Amino acid sequence: MTVLNVNGKQHEVHADPRTPLLYVLRNDLALNAAKFGCGLGQCGACTVLVDHNPVFSCLTPISALEGRYIRTVEDLGTIDKPGPVQRAFIEEQAAQCGYCIPGMMMRAQALLEKNAAPDDAQIRAAMAPNLCRCGTQMRILRAVHRAARLMTVELQGPVKEAQK
Amino acid sequence: MNAPLTTPTRRMFVATGGALVVSFALAPHGALAQAAKPNVPAQPKLPGSLGKAPVLDAWIGIGGNGGITVFTGKAELGQGIMTALIQCAAEELDVDPAAIALVTADTERTANEGYTAGSHSMQDSGTAILNAAAQVRAILIELAATRLNLTANQLHAKGGAIVADDGRSLAYKDLVLGQELHRAAQPQSPLKDPKSYTVIGKPMRRVDIPGKVTGAPMYVQDLRPEGMLHARVVRPPNYGAELVSVDIATVEKLPGVIKVVRDGSFIAVAAQGEFQAIEAMNMLASIAQWRKVASLPDEATIHQFLTRLPAQDEVIANKGSPAQQGTHVVNAAYTRPYLAHGSIGPSCAVALYKANKLTVWTHSQGVFPLRASLANMLQLRPEQVHCIHVEGSGCYGHNAADDAAADAALIARAIPGRPIRVQWMREQEHGWEPFGPAMASSVSGAIDGSGRIVSWNYAVWSNTHSTRPGGPAGNLLAAQYLARPFQPPAPKEIPLPDGGGDRNAIPLYTIPNEHVVDHFIPQMPLRVSALRGLGAYHNVFSVESFMDELALAAKADPVEFRLKHLDDPRARDVITKAAQEFGWKKGETRPRGQGRGFAFARYKNSAAYCALAVDVTVERETGEVHLGRIVAAIDSGQAVNPDGIRNQIEGAIVQSASWTLYETVTFDRTDITSRDWSSYPILRFPQAPESVTVHIIDRPGEPFLGTGEAGQGPTAAAIANAIADATGARLRDLPLTADRIKQAIGV
Repeated sequence: MTVLNVNGKQHEVHADPRTPLLYVLRNDLALNAAKFGCGLGQCGACTVLVDHNPVFSCLTPISALEGRYIRTVEDLGTIDKPGPVQRAFIEEQAAQCGYCIPGMMMRAQALLEKNAAPDDAQIRAAMAPNLCRCGTQMRILRAVHRAARLMTVELQGPVKEAQK
Repeated sequence: MNAPLTTPTRRMFVATGGALVVSFALAPHGALAQAAKPNVPAQPKLPGSLGKAPVLDAWIGIGGNGGITVFTGKAELGQGIMTALIQCAAEELDVDPAAIALVTADTERTANEGYTAGSHSMQDSGTAILNAAAQVRAILIELAATRLNLTANQLHAKGGAIVADDGRSLAYKDLVLGQELHRAAQPQSPLKDPKSYTVIGKPMRRVDIPGKVTGAPMYVQDLRPEGMLHARVVRPPNYGAELVSVDIATVEKLPGVIKVVRDGSFIAVAAQGEFQAIEAMNMLASIAQWRKVASLPDEATIHQFLTRLPAQDEVIANKGSPAQQGTHVVNAAYTRPYLAHGSIGPSCAVALYKANKLTVWTHSQGVFPLRASLANMLQLRPEQVHCIHVEGSGCYGHNAADDAAADAALIARAIPGRPIRVQWMREQEHGWEPFGPAMASSVSGAIDGSGRIVSWNYAVWSNTHSTRPGGPAGNLLAAQYLARPFQPPAPKEIPLPDGGGDRNAIPLYTIPNEHVVDHFIPQMPLRVSALRGLGAYHNVFSVESFMDELALAAKADPVEFRLKHLDDPRARDVITKAAQEFGWKKGETRPRGQGRGFAFARYKNSAAYCALAVDVTVERETGEVHLGRIVAAIDSGQAVNPDGIRNQIEGAIVQSASWTLYETVTFDRTDITSRDWSSYPILRFPQAPESVTVHIIDRPGEPFLGTGEAGQGPTAAAIANAIADATGARLRDLPLTADRIKQAIGV
């Protein structure tokens, strides 16, 4: 048995410890956001956060994850109350098929937790491991810029926003 | 934890429940057509695809709870079609778009609108729904007039009710109590004046994006019905290989494995867990003995190989004199490699075989053609097969969606009563999807003393651009490997006006002497089919590169040169708009290494107009191309969702830039060797353009022209033209890689 902390909840998982996290998230915990893209760490569709760092969940066995803090898109907000990164992607309409987008959002979240106001080059460099085949890159870049602003507003609170 | 065994989109769960919806929704296959027949004598042509299901309640239902359901035979592929179709219905029904639930491609619920392809969805389904909605509104007004004892002109539709001038109103749900909408569709509809539109032409947020950014089960990959098993297929090592032997018993002992399914050279495994299925697949693959038979041509000389194969030649344009005229003759030849669709999510399907009925949840572009092929493969009647579209990862044409559905169907039949989910692995998708065909073209043109093109001789060589399923099962990959294999049907060229390999081979420019030949090559060394734009990607690349070559010979500005040869005012408008918004200046000089390029096409010569200008910087030492500012103009006819159009064109430009600069399917003499994102690299964020701006020329009241594929060709040519401008070197072989650029400029 492996105990995983996913989105702040402890889960007892009975899968083979070698099982990559992605399959456990999707099939055992019914968390749909992280997607299978390549199983090779080449596309980033499976990106989740482990202890604040973006990782390829398709490659990371659950045996390596006990006691670590795992976060997925489901932790960022809900359809009724989307978080800043989700709001930014909705407001910029930054999706076509959308299959790669959860991975994009988690990589953006990781970047913005470390750098509250990244410039365009920093965003491009940080997002480089993630592929989008629909060609939504320009909107995704805009969404990450917007998410940075929304997160700043959220952290500083509505009063500060009202003073602007 | 299991998702309900149904299409997952939240909108699709919206209950409609009304008698009308049910009467159609539950009608067995064929009942609709039968029901419609008595009402439908030989009619003039109905708008869009209305004729494919010529009764109004096949398209629109109003439920007892007031819910409105709209049915389309087209599928959401990430192009945003659901939202645009809802806008069409909401506009003519005078309701809030949020009141509408949309049911998409489903062989038991929607009209058979064939494939969702060719940028046809707005033309076909959008037009059908717009007209059906207008006709339904007229019926509602007529019903209210009777009930309120008023005349139609004293009534109007507003917010889901028919409102009388005297203030009385009747909700739609109170007007539709029975079969009122079960009426034959009419050729003429009381369409609104586009000037009065409040929904069409206004940007609307996509209905599917909130679910997609919050982890809702939006994709076929996310279906998890009770009792579902995970399956994986072991594909042969290469094309045509035969399975000689495999020790099934050993694999069936692995943890979680339920069954190994073998039929001839088709072999698959189903297991409780997904990782268990993958491990079992790996073991099966390692112990299976295959007889390899494939031999592939030499990749280095693939275009010579293809153009020497027997071809069916057709002259598709022949105007004026075939003799070369003019004072300045220019010759050129262009090639494109095989390109992969490269969906980010490998293809997936879920199938359930139960009580002699097969249900398949699939991201196929054509649920009805797929049903026909699955029925043929399994020797079932079409009524025994139910195909339901559920979104997958973007496909950009005929990828492995249908093949995954066939895999799931074969495994499900061997394990009745259990839903079977098959997802391909990355290496399988890259190795086995039907690629966009390699192509070649040659062109000779001449200009006269006044800088006009006087003659144009063009020839294009290509395999087919469609090996889609439909009818016989031979186009389904698995069917070709069964113990009793199905042969692929003879490939065919897609006829003009749409065309396949010859799509956009005839230039839209006004040229007095013009000769265009389509060399259709039936023999296919690699598996190929439809990739976004089909032959238009190559032909527009060739034609628009050559226009710049002629402009250079005529010492003319590329934009002016194009305008000089165009009569179509809408073509002129997109060119002028793109050039103006970009700030295109005639005769502007730039430092070495910086260039700008322009290109234009009207997709299929009959659909959307698209022009764009591109800034590039070419690094001399490395040959690397940096995409700068890109400005495009698009005329898709009446724009329904402007932001949806922009999203599609932005995507087309970035995707086409990736094809154009980086992509080639590689192979050796037996195997496809580009099997992942490392051996088939595509554009990543650092290579994305600095900016992409899309300007829409809206044409209120004009027919919908579609958008999805309009940008592919012009982008390729604009980049090639910009590189030529930056370096003085003309590259005619795609992709325009750093190595080829270095070679061309002598670094």
